[in-house]
Amino acid sequence: MTVTRAPAETLSVLDRPNSYIGKTVPRPNLDRLLQGRGQYVSDLELPRMAHVVFLRSPYAHARIVAIDADAARRMSGVIAVVTGRELEAVITPWVGVLSHLKGLKSAPQHAIAVDRACWQGEAVAAIVATSRAAAEDAMEHVVVDYEELAAVTDMRTALDPATPVIHASLGDNLAFERTLDAGDVDQALSDSEVVEAEFVFGRHTGVTLEPRAVVADWNAAEARLTIYQGTQAPHMVQNIAALHLRLKEAQVRVVCKDVGGSFGIKVHIYADEMATYALSKLLRRPIKFVADRVESFNTDIHARDHRCRGRIGVRSDGTITAFEIDDLTGIGPYSMYPRTSAIEANQVVNLVGGPYVTANYRARARVVFQNKNVMCQYRAVGHPIACSITEGLVDLAASKIGMDPVEIRRRNLISDDAYPCASPSGMKFEQLSHHASLAKLLQMMDYGALRAEQAALRTRNIHRGIGFASFIEVTNPSATFYGVGGAKISSQDGVAVRLDAQGSVICQTSITEQGQGSESLTAQIVGSVLGVSMERVRVILGDTDNTPYGGGTWASRGAGIGGEAALQAAKALRQNILDVAAAILQSRPAGLDIVNNRIVNADDGAPRIELNELARIVYFRPDTLPPGIQPELMATRHFVPRQYPFAFTNGVQASWLEVDTETGFVTLLKHWVVEDCGTIINPQLVDEQIRGGVVQGLGAALFEKCIYDERGQLTNANMADYLVPMSGEMPDIEIGHVVSPTQETELGAKGAGEAGTAGAAAAVANAVNDALRPFGATITEIPLTPQVILTALGRI
Amino acid sequence: MSVPVPVSLLVNGERIDAFVLPRLNLADFLRENLKLTGTHVGCEHGVCGACTVRVDGEIVRSCLMLAVQAEGASVETVEGLSDSGEIADLQAAFRERNALQCGYCTPGMLMTAQDLLKHLPAPDRQAIREHLSGNYCRCTGYQAIVDAVEATARMRAERRA
Repeated sequence: MTVTRAPAETLSVLDRPNSYIGKTVPRPNLDRLLQGRGQYVSDLELPRMAHVVFLRSPYAHARIVAIDADAARRMSGVIAVVTGRELEAVITPWVGVLSHLKGLKSAPQHAIAVDRACWQGEAVAAIVATSRAAAEDAMEHVVVDYEELAAVTDMRTALDPATPVIHASLGDNLAFERTLDAGDVDQALSDSEVVEAEFVFGRHTGVTLEPRAVVADWNAAEARLTIYQGTQAPHMVQNIAALHLRLKEAQVRVVCKDVGGSFGIKVHIYADEMATYALSKLLRRPIKFVADRVESFNTDIHARDHRCRGRIGVRSDGTITAFEIDDLTGIGPYSMYPRTSAIEANQVVNLVGGPYVTANYRARARVVFQNKNVMCQYRAVGHPIACSITEGLVDLAASKIGMDPVEIRRRNLISDDAYPCASPSGMKFEQLSHHASLAKLLQMMDYGALRAEQAALRTRNIHRGIGFASFIEVTNPSATFYGVGGAKISSQDGVAVRLDAQGSVICQTSITEQGQGSESLTAQIVGSVLGVSMERVRVILGDTDNTPYGGGTWASRGAGIGGEAALQAAKALRQNILDVAAAILQSRPAGLDIVNNRIVNADDGAPRIELNELARIVYFRPDTLPPGIQPELMATRHFVPRQYPFAFTNGVQASWLEVDTETGFVTLLKHWVVEDCGTIINPQLVDEQIRGGVVQGLGAALFEKCIYDERGQLTNANMADYLVPMSGEMPDIEIGHVVSPTQETELGAKGAGEAGTAGAAAAVANAVNDALRPFGATITEIPLTPQVILTALGRI
Repeated sequence: MSVPVPVSLLVNGERIDAFVLPRLNLADFLRENLKLTGTHVGCEHGVCGACTVRVDGEIVRSCLMLAVQAEGASVETVEGLSDSGEIADLQAAFRERNALQCGYCTPGMLMTAQDLLKHLPAPDRQAIREHLSGNYCRCTGYQAIVDAVEATARMRAERRA
C-alpha cells in the first residue's frame, strides 16, 4: 500500500489502540447467509398474503384494444384481475425527469399500461391469486386484443423525420441532449494527428441472482402500508410510494432485510412494484410479487446501449491535444423513475478524457426513446463507456505515433502533485494518484517481462495482448447528483449509536446492505472509535421506522458518507460515556479513555470501570449518580459532503489475455487493478468489491448483451442465452492500492464499489486489439464475441 | 395434473409425508411446503445453480426435478448440512475469505463445492473453477470462492495426514 499524503500530526480516532480500521475482519452475521437462514423478500410469507403475476405485452408497441378477464376471474384461487385503468383509482402516474438535466423530457408512465404498451414486457394486467401457480394458470385465460403499432427499435434512426414518434405529446423521440465545448478543439485537432473510431456498447443488464421482489402490506385499520422490498434506498421508496398512493410518508414503512444482489438494479422504482403497492391498498391484504427470470430480463433496467463516435488529437511527442465525442443512446420508451435515464449519457460527457491533462474537449450526447425495455443506472453508470472511449482512443493514438501505451499515459495523465484541479467538463478533483497507481501496476504485473513473453509467443503463432485502462470514478455524491434536480433522494446519511444496559452497542444506520459490507464497516468504525469490541456492536439497517433518514447504499457512497456519520456518532457517544464515567469516578473526562470495553486512565491505561458496570449504574442505579448528571448514552449524527460535489477516486487496470485467431475465443489470463479509494476500512471487503466489479465489467467485455430483433423482441431473455461470467472463464485478479484520503471527512474514505466495473472492459478491449495488432485489426465494440473477433479478422 | 398425489421422502433425515401437485418442483416444495428457504430460486430453468440440493448423495438442480420424483429419496439441503456440521469447515473458510456477498448463490455454491471435495479431495484451482461453473455468482467474481474451497481442501488434507 502506498500512502500519498503524510499522516496528520496527531493521532486521529482511527489510529486508536485496537482499531479495526484498515484491518480485515470477517463481516458480522455471515453465518445466517452461510446456513441458508437469511431473510430475503422472496422467502417472506404473511397471513392472508396473495400473489400477483403480470400479464405482459408480447409486442414492443401496441394499442390495447380490449382486455377480457372474465374466464380468468372465475378460476379457482383467483382474487382479482386488475387492468391499468382500474388501478389508476389508487395510484397516480409519474414522469421521470430531473430539473437540473435541462431539457430532459419523458411521458407519464402508469403502474400498469393504460391503452398502450410501449415495450415487450410492459405489464398490461395484474392477476392476483392465492398462489403464484394459480395466478399463472389464470393469466393464460386473460385475453388481450392488441393492435400492433410500428416499433422504434434502432437508436440511429429514432430521430429521423420518417420514424414514428413514440409519445406524440413530446413532439419527437429525443429525451435529452447535452453539449459541451471546452478549450479550442478545432485548433488543437488541426495541429495534430487525428484518430477516429466508432465505439459500440452492447445493451446489458444486472442479472441479480435474486430477482426483484416485493411484499406490500396495506393495513386498512392502521391506514399504513408496510413494504418489504429488496432495495438499496428504503427512504426513496417510502417517498415515492407515499407520493403516488396519496399517503403521507409516515403512513409508509419500508423494510429491507437480505437482498440477493443489487448492482443498481434495485435502486429504482419499477412499474410492477408500484402496481404491487397499489394492489395491496386496493385489495386490503398483503400482496407478493417476485419477478421470474424471463420477467427480470424484460423489465429489470438495462444499461450501456451506446454508440459513440470519438476523435483524439495527438502530436508525435505523445501529447494528447483534444478529445471529441458524439454519443448516442437509446433508453426505452420512458425515462426511468425517479433517477431518470439521462444520467448515464450525462456521465459519459462528464468523464471522457477525465484522467488526462488535455484541456480541449468537445462532446455531444443524445438520449432517444425506443420501444425496448427501459435503461437506467447500473453499477458504474457511464464510467465503463467513458473509460472505453477514452482509453480506446488513447491506445489508437499511441499506435498511430508508434508509442508504447504506457508511455503515452505517462506523458498525459494529470500529475499527482497538480491537485486540486478540475477537468474540462468541470469535474473537481481533490487528490488523485494516476502516476503512483500506474507505477505500482507496472511493478505488480512485471510489464517488461510480459512484453517479452508476448513477443516470444508471437513467433509460435500464439497471440496474447496487454491492455491498460486508467480511470476516474464518481463516489460520495453530494446533493448535486439528485437533490438539486428535485428528486427526494437523500444525499446525507444518519447513524444513531447507543450503549445498552449490558455494555453492548446498538447502531442504526440509514445505509443499506446488499453484501458490500455496510454492516461490517459500520461496526468496525463504531467499535474502533468507542473502544468497544466488534462483537458487542449490533448494526440495524434497512427499516425506515427504525433507522435515521438517509440515502442508502448506491453510487459508491455507503462507506464514505454513512461511514463518516458512524464515526461522528460514535465520537459523540464516546464523549457522553466519558462524561458519565468522570462523574462516577470523580475524574475529568479528558483524563479517561475507553479501551477494550472498559474505561481506563488516559495516561497510564489503568482500568477504572467496565462499560457494562457503567451502563448498569446509568440504567438501574441513576440515584447513585451526582446531582445534575443526566447521562445520554445515545448519540445521533448525520453527514453529507458539501465541499466537493463528488469525491473522485482513480485507478488503473490491466488485462493479459490470449486470442485464438482461429475460433475468435478470448481466454483471460490475468487481471490487475490498482485503486485509490482513500482510507481503507477493511482491505478484504474493498478488494472483493473491486474483484466483483471487475468481473461484471469482464462480462460486459466478452459475453453480456440483450439481443433485440428489429421488431423490438428480446430474443435471449433467459440465463442460458444471456451469458454471464462463470468461474471457469474468469481469471485471478490481483489488486493493489494507493491511498489518498479525502480531507473532507475525518474518516477519509471514498467509494470502491464501482471502480472494478469502470475500467475492466476498456482494459480487455485494448488487450484484444494489442493481441490482434499483427493482423491490422482494430475492434471498438463490446461484447467481444467470437463472431465480432472473427469478423474483424476477415475470417467470416 | 390438478389432483394432489402423495409423496414420502426424507428431508435432512426427517420423514416427510405430503400431498403435492404433480407439477410442483422440488425447489418450490422445499421452500413453500417445508419452509426450507435456504434453497434459493434464481432462474427456474436449471442454469444458475442457486437451487442445488443433494438427492441420494448426488447434487441436483431442485428446480429441474419434480417433488414427486423425490418419492422415497433422501434430500439434503443447506440447512441439513449446516446442522449436521458436515460443511462447518467450508462455511468457516467462506466466512474468513469473504467468499460471499449477497449470499443468494451461497447455499448452492456450498453444495457444489462440498460435492467436488467429496469426489476430488485435492483439486487445483482450475478444477475448482470448472466444477463451480454451473453455479453463478454475480457479486464476488469467484476468486474468493475458489480460494475458500482450495483452503478447505488443504485443511481437510492436513487433518487426514
